[in-house]
Parts: sequence; C-alpha cells; structure tokens
Amino acid sequence: MTKISDLFTSSRRRFIGGASATVALASSGLAIPTIAKAAKPVKIGLIHPATGWAAYPAAQLRYGALMAIADINKAGGIKSMGGAPLEALLGDSQTKPEIGAAEVEKMNEAGVHALQGCYQSAVGLAASAAAAKYNIPFSIDVGVSDKLVQRGLSNVFRMADGYGRIARDAATNLGEINKMAGSPAKSVIIVHEESEFGTGTAKLMTEALKPHNLEVIDTIKHSNPTRNFDNIALRIKSAKPDIVMPINYPGEYVLLAKTLRQQRVDFMASYSVLGGGFNFKFVDDLPQIAENMIDVNHWYNPASASGQAMRKRTEADGKYFTFEVYCAYMSIMLLADGFERAGTTDSDAVNAALATSEIDVDFMPYDKTKMVNGQNTGSRAVAIQAQKGDVQIIAPSKYASSKAVFPRG
Amino acid sequence: MLTAAVLNGLMYGAIYALVALGLTLIYGVLHIINFAHGAMLMLALYSAFFLFKLFNIDPYAAILIVTPASFILGYVMYRWGIGKLSKGRDQNILLITLGLSIILENAALFFFTGDQQTVNLSYGYDALDLGFVFLSYPKIISFFASLLICALLWALMSLTDLGKAIRAVAKERQGARLVGIDVEHIFAVTFGIGIACLGAAGCMLLPIFYVDPYTGNIFVVIAFTIVVLGGMGSIIGALLGGFVIGITESVGGLFLGESLGQIGISLIFIIILIFKPTGLFGSKV
Repeated sequence: MTKISDLFTSSRRRFIGGASATVALASSGLAIPTIAKAAKPVKIGLIHPATGWAAYPAAQLRYGALMAIADINKAGGIKSMGGAPLEALLGDSQTKPEIGAAEVEKMNEAGVHALQGCYQSAVGLAASAAAAKYNIPFSIDVGVSDKLVQRGLSNVFRMADGYGRIARDAATNLGEINKMAGSPAKSVIIVHEESEFGTGTAKLMTEALKPHNLEVIDTIKHSNPTRNFDNIALRIKSAKPDIVMPINYPGEYVLLAKTLRQQRVDFMASYSVLGGGFNFKFVDDLPQIAENMIDVNHWYNPASASGQAMRKRTEADGKYFTFEVYCAYMSIMLLADGFERAGTTDSDAVNAALATSEIDVDFMPYDKTKMVNGQNTGSRAVAIQAQKGDVQIIAPSKYASSKAVFPRG
Repeated sequence: MLTAAVLNGLMYGAIYALVALGLTLIYGVLHIINFAHGAMLMLALYSAFFLFKLFNIDPYAAILIVTPASFILGYVMYRWGIGKLSKGRDQNILLITLGLSIILENAALFFFTGDQQTVNLSYGYDALDLGFVFLSYPKIISFFASLLICALLWALMSLTDLGKAIRAVAKERQGARLVGIDVEHIFAVTFGIGIACLGAAGCMLLPIFYVDPYTGNIFVVIAFTIVVLGGMGSIIGALLGGFVIGITESVGGLFLGESLGQIGISLIFIIILIFKPTGLFGSKV
C-alpha cells in the first residue's frame, strides 16, 4: 500500500485513487497529542470509488471521513485505549463490487480494525460480506439498499437511512405537500438508474405512493452512464405526468433535468428520491433549472450550530457541503464511539459496542441513535427544495426552514 | 415519437462521427489504435470548459482556439513523444497511448477533481419547435458544425497535396519515403488532425453534456463501433457510421428502453465483424 502523508492539510491537495493508500495523519500537520503517538493506531479502511464515474462523491466521502478522523485525533484519539489515534487506509473500489471486496482482503492483511464505505449499495454488499469473514466492523456511510443490514451480519452498521424508510417518508411527505395544495397531483413517472439503488428504490416508491392516491403511470430505467435523455423526455412528455421522480446518480440527474427543460416538458414538480445530483453545486451551476425542484435525501440540520460550523469549514476548504461529507463524518464518529466504549480493537467487543450505540449527531435532523440489527432507527431523510438559489428543508415540519412551493409554478 | 427519435439520433450521430473521425484517421495512416483517444477528448472538453469559465468564451467560438491548439498538441505529442518512444514499433505505440490515457485521466482527477462540470449557456435551452419535437440550438449547431468539419476534412484529404501525401503514406510508407515525402512529419500531422477533430468535438459536446475525468471514455466506446462499422480509415464511413449508431441508439432506446436499447449498438458491432470485417467503406483514407 502506498503511503500518502498529507492528504488532509489543504483543499488544493487532492488525492488520486487507483491504489490503496495509507494516510498517516500523524505526519499530516494535524496536531496529535504526544500521548496519542505512544498508543498503537486504530486502523480504519475507507473504501470508495475514488476512480471512475463516482469519483466526485467518493472524494467528498473521503473528505468527510478524514475530517472526522482529524477531529477525533485532535481531541485526544480513543481515550479508553490510551489516546490511540485513528489512522485511515484508503481503498478504491473503482465502482466495481469485486474490486471493493478485494480491497477488504488487502486491508485485512494490512491489519485494519474497522472499515467504512462504499457509496454504491452493490459494492457495499460485496465489501461488507467480505469483511464479515473476518468479523471486521463495517460502517456504511452511504448505501441505501436495506439488504446491507438485513443479511444477519453482526459486523455491519449504518447511521443513515435505508431506502425502505426513505421511500415511506418520501411518499408521506409528497402526500402531505400535495394535500396542502389541494391534491392537484395524481400521477407520477419514475425515472431510475438500473442498479440496486435505483431499481430497489423505484419498486418501493411505487408501492409507497399508493396510499397517498398517487399512481405511478410509468417507470423508466436507464443505464449508467446515459448519453442522451431525449427519448425519455419525449416519453414523459407524451404521458403527461403530474410528478417526475428521478432516482439516479449525479451525472444522469443533471442531464435529465437539462433535457426536460430543453424539451419543454411540463409537470407540477420534479420530486426526486435520493437524487444524486441535487446539492448546492447543482443550485449554483444551473439555478434556473434547479429552482423549485424537490429532493428527498440525507441532509444536515441547518438549525444546529455544529451543522453550520461543519458547512462553513467545508466551504472554506473550497468544497461543496454535500450529504456525503456529513454522512461519512457521522459514520466515523460511530466507529470511534464503538472503539471508545469497547476499549479494545477486538472485533467482537467493538461490534457489540456498535450494536448498542447511542451517539449524538446533532448536526443531522435525527432522533437519538438506536441500532436495531445494525440500522440506526433514529435517522431520517428530509424533503429539500431549491428556492431562490438556496436549499431549504420543506418536510418534515419539525425541521422545515421554508414552505414547499408546489406546484412549482 | 419515432421521427423525433430518428432526428435526435442524427443530431448525436454527427458528434459521434466527429469523435470517430480522429480515431479512424489515425488508424488509417498510422495503423494503430489510439487508446488515449478518450483522454484527449476529455482534455478538449476541459479546455472548452475553462475557456468558458475563465474568459467567458462560448464553447462554439472556442472551436477556433481549441481545434488548432489540439492539432499542435497532437503534432508535438507524436513527433517528439509517441513517435520517438515507440522506436517504430506499432505495439509500443499501443502501450504508450494506453499509458498516456491513464496519466491524463489521473492528472485530470488530481487537478480538476472528479466533480462533473457543466456550462450554463444563455441560449442553452432555446429550441426549434418542429411540432413533434424541440431541437435545442446547441444540438442543431453541433450537427451542422460536425458536418462542416467532416466536409473540410474530406476536402483536405481528397483535394490537397497534403491529403495526397497522407494517403500515400497510409498506402505505402516506404514508397512515399522514396519519392521524398517526410513520413515522420506526415505521421505527426495525421495524429495532429485526429486530435484536432477531438478538439472540435469537445467544444460541441460541452453545451449538451458534462465533463469529468472519465467523460471521454463514454464516447470512445461508441467511436470504436463507428470505426468498425464505417471501415477503418474512411471519413465517409465514419460519418455514415455515426448516423447509423446515433439512430440505432435513439430508436433502440425508444422501443427497448434506454437500458436495453444499447444492445443495438453491440449487435451492429458483432454483425459487422462477422459479415464485413473491413466495414462498410473498407479501409480507404
């Protein structure tokens, strides 16, 4: 494994995947207390698609994870282990499940104590299954398939929501928004990418929308990448749905939104679920397209001081505050808390500690952390909308920072 | 919807043809597959993007900058890089271009990050209303500009002394050398023209697509199919191949869905390899 010593020191220093790399934070300029240097480091493997079409979200995930590791080390490391610092080993899944699993093997040989990843559900499924052979604690930072935590693996944990609950919440929120507007919307077309994430979410949404009197009149699947969305736009145009519901990754999300505009497709709202491209960058880059688009996704709590501080810090580093940053951050917090309470790197003890986690992530709009079969039941996704160049939470009402603009006008 | 799909296929097909043109030209003369083709397209896209972002130069106007700059880059790269390092062995050129693509993609990832960049043109959403379909102005401009570039390239190859020299080198390099043609110079010029085609293609793709370090590969897979279909080294073949593939992709997507619709492209590739391995227009340059 290649050593990279200073990945985290400034926003200009970016890192290339390709080969697994070790981040020696001790030599990064991030001050680690003297006592921490004496303790053996706790090695955490980060497996993300650092190269390939998902390189951007992967870089954001690494950034968030390394920020958390730096913060924990700065605060004295794992105190119950004599101030042991966290040390990151970087892996590149190249967007391929088999490579993700191979990275687990490499990291196991390198003596990793816990793993985190993988952005794509399909890769997360393969990598966490590989980790289960060695009982290595595995924290899913982003990956929405519920299969990740439904296979009876005692080493897999997820702080953020899975698509089962997200679909239910997304349907409930849409139902309420529609009801408040006098129920003008009746029909939905789902446009989803072809992998586990898109296909699984689309299937769940189709069922979840029924009780809210919203009928899915067509479901359109597309490949990754898709070069041309004109046919899909024309198909949507001829079907005349009230709601268009994209469920896809960043590139295709943006391209679809642009094509719908070019083809003058008229609908009441674009209501995406886990829309990979819906973020501050999208709103900055294409404000006239983004305006009033709605997405249901992982999102930070803008009312919290820690959430705002993290956003400022991220933006000061020249990065957008995307959901990957805080999802990775809180997932590292989960692991660190597990090591802290276990007081050892023994995987049985750490997994047992993680299973009873009660960490407070006040920068997220979450209830108290409670793990049930590896899934945090206190998490929730929220409905967000681009409004006047910013992103506002519009549902649930407890966290709403603005009212929904629906129909979009 | 079918007519709309065919029209959309034609629009995209013209751009695909431009990407394939560089590939087919380089193969036709140098008899090598340029594995750095996708990476070079990515560089062209980033060039157009930064010209727009930093100097507010419209991507279509940027053709006048990016195309000659790409030609110079291609010429220099071959004359003093690929040509010298390969020591005249074709397999070395393959390895060098493959290595080059890895270096360029990772350099782009390092300097530009994996973030997908897009441009927001003031006329980007204006469209010609044909009643059954809206054709966006960027796609229309790209279509005609691609046709024009193909025509210019055809004229260059058919009507000029340089074109004759290139064709002579492609057919019989030793013979060409004996009659006084600077073969190394012609190789570099051809490589330069191939990369210049990518420069123009990058400028035309940017308004309708996005750029990230791996964007080039999305189009190069298609370009390889077009080159096989049209015939390696054929300009007309590349253009017609581009149209066929563009329409196949579009109509396939309409009837089979965007996911399964791609199967048509693979089928064409296989059928051509089985029944007419030289492609529709042979290997003439």
